[in-house]
Amino acid sequence: MVAVTHNDAELRRRAWDAAAGVVDPEIPVLTIADLGVLRDVAVSGGQVEVAITPTYSGCPAMNMIALEIELALERAGIGRPKIRTVLSPAWTTDWMSQDGRRKLREYGIAPPQASRSRRALFGEQRVACPQCGSGDTEVLSEFGSTSCKALWRCRSCREPFDYFKCH
Amino acid sequence: MSVASIEVCETPLVLYTLRRADDALILGHRLSEWCGHAPMLEEDMALANMGLDLLGQARELYGYAAKVEGRSNDEDRFAYLRDVRQYRNLLLVEQPNGDFARTMVRQFFYAVFADLYWRGMMRSSDTTMAAIAARSEKESAYHVRHSSEWIVRLGDGTEESHRRAQAAIDDLWAYTGEMFAVDDSERGLIDRGIAIDPAALRAPWLKTIAAVVGEATLALPGNDWMQKGGRDGRHSEHLGHLLSELQSMQRSFPGATW
Repeated sequence: MVAVTHNDAELRRRAWDAAAGVVDPEIPVLTIADLGVLRDVAVSGGQVEVAITPTYSGCPAMNMIALEIELALERAGIGRPKIRTVLSPAWTTDWMSQDGRRKLREYGIAPPQASRSRRALFGEQRVACPQCGSGDTEVLSEFGSTSCKALWRCRSCREPFDYFKCH
Repeated sequence: MSVASIEVCETPLVLYTLRRADDALILGHRLSEWCGHAPMLEEDMALANMGLDLLGQARELYGYAAKVEGRSNDEDRFAYLRDVRQYRNLLLVEQPNGDFARTMVRQFFYAVFADLYWRGMMRSSDTTMAAIAARSEKESAYHVRHSSEWIVRLGDGTEESHRRAQAAIDDLWAYTGEMFAVDDSERGLIDRGIAIDPAALRAPWLKTIAAVVGEATLALPGNDWMQKGGRDGRHSEHLGHLLSELQSMQRSFPGATW
């Protein structure tokens, strides 16, 4: 029994590492671990189950992410996992890691602010430009090229940029 | 050439879930009709984004309705194989897009309601509904903000945009009462804590609506006569046309996939 438990723990660690390396197809600098989409990896009797939580209700990247997890675990020699979708608690950008926020900024996307800011009716939020760092920025559109992004513009360096919306 | 409609066992919870799923699907489909036609690129993307949020909400709700019903139906069968009289959405969401002002007023009326509704439903004793609500309210918050900003811009814009926004408010107002109505089937779910009482949302809804409409220099109609019927499958003539487009592929080629 001890040996089995040890094997399960080892398998779980390998499965987590493989799944954690899967990147978001829309924002390839972020892994699903950075995003907080990867919630849990469980092993029972040699069968691996990966729990993920969807970001936006209609986000088309979720199907792709599930497929990429299966491929990553197969490549790691673990075999096909079960993918479980967890709805509760609902995903929030507050779960994004500090490392993920830094990577986003370096990629040219302003990282999300605290999730309560979305409740401002006529939004007075301040977002720093990821290119030059200036706070003199303005929103062009609340809805950008993907569900998770808004379109902003910097008044200092005149560059447009994506802002990862708080959620 | 066409496949028959399904039968649905409409227990109170199945019916309740289908009503909300139908609201989201039909409004999402209406928004998708703007794709490639919006007044500017940013707005084209915004409308598609909101439509996608609604489609995602509909899928989760249909999936849950199928699970509760426990028969052979699934999200696709609910969407593609029910006829007009089996659809349970609000009359408001099936109204045609009209001009941009009309689309935004429809969105504004619905989004302000949906935002209050989902926030309330996070306390549902039904854990799946509470989980769907927790996700949906994050999305509806953006829909409220986006549509509110447009109402102000259109109302307090040019004479032409003001006139069109006011006409849209006047024409769509009679469809707003249905959002707050409760029938016997829903009363039982409210008593059990599964559903919230929408009548309690009317005052906060009106408060937000009145504030934004006032800011927009527009006016709310004095007429409070309200049209109902969508929740029971009695729809305006517009829904049949919408469904004929939405369903034609699956009706003509049953089970087609790509």
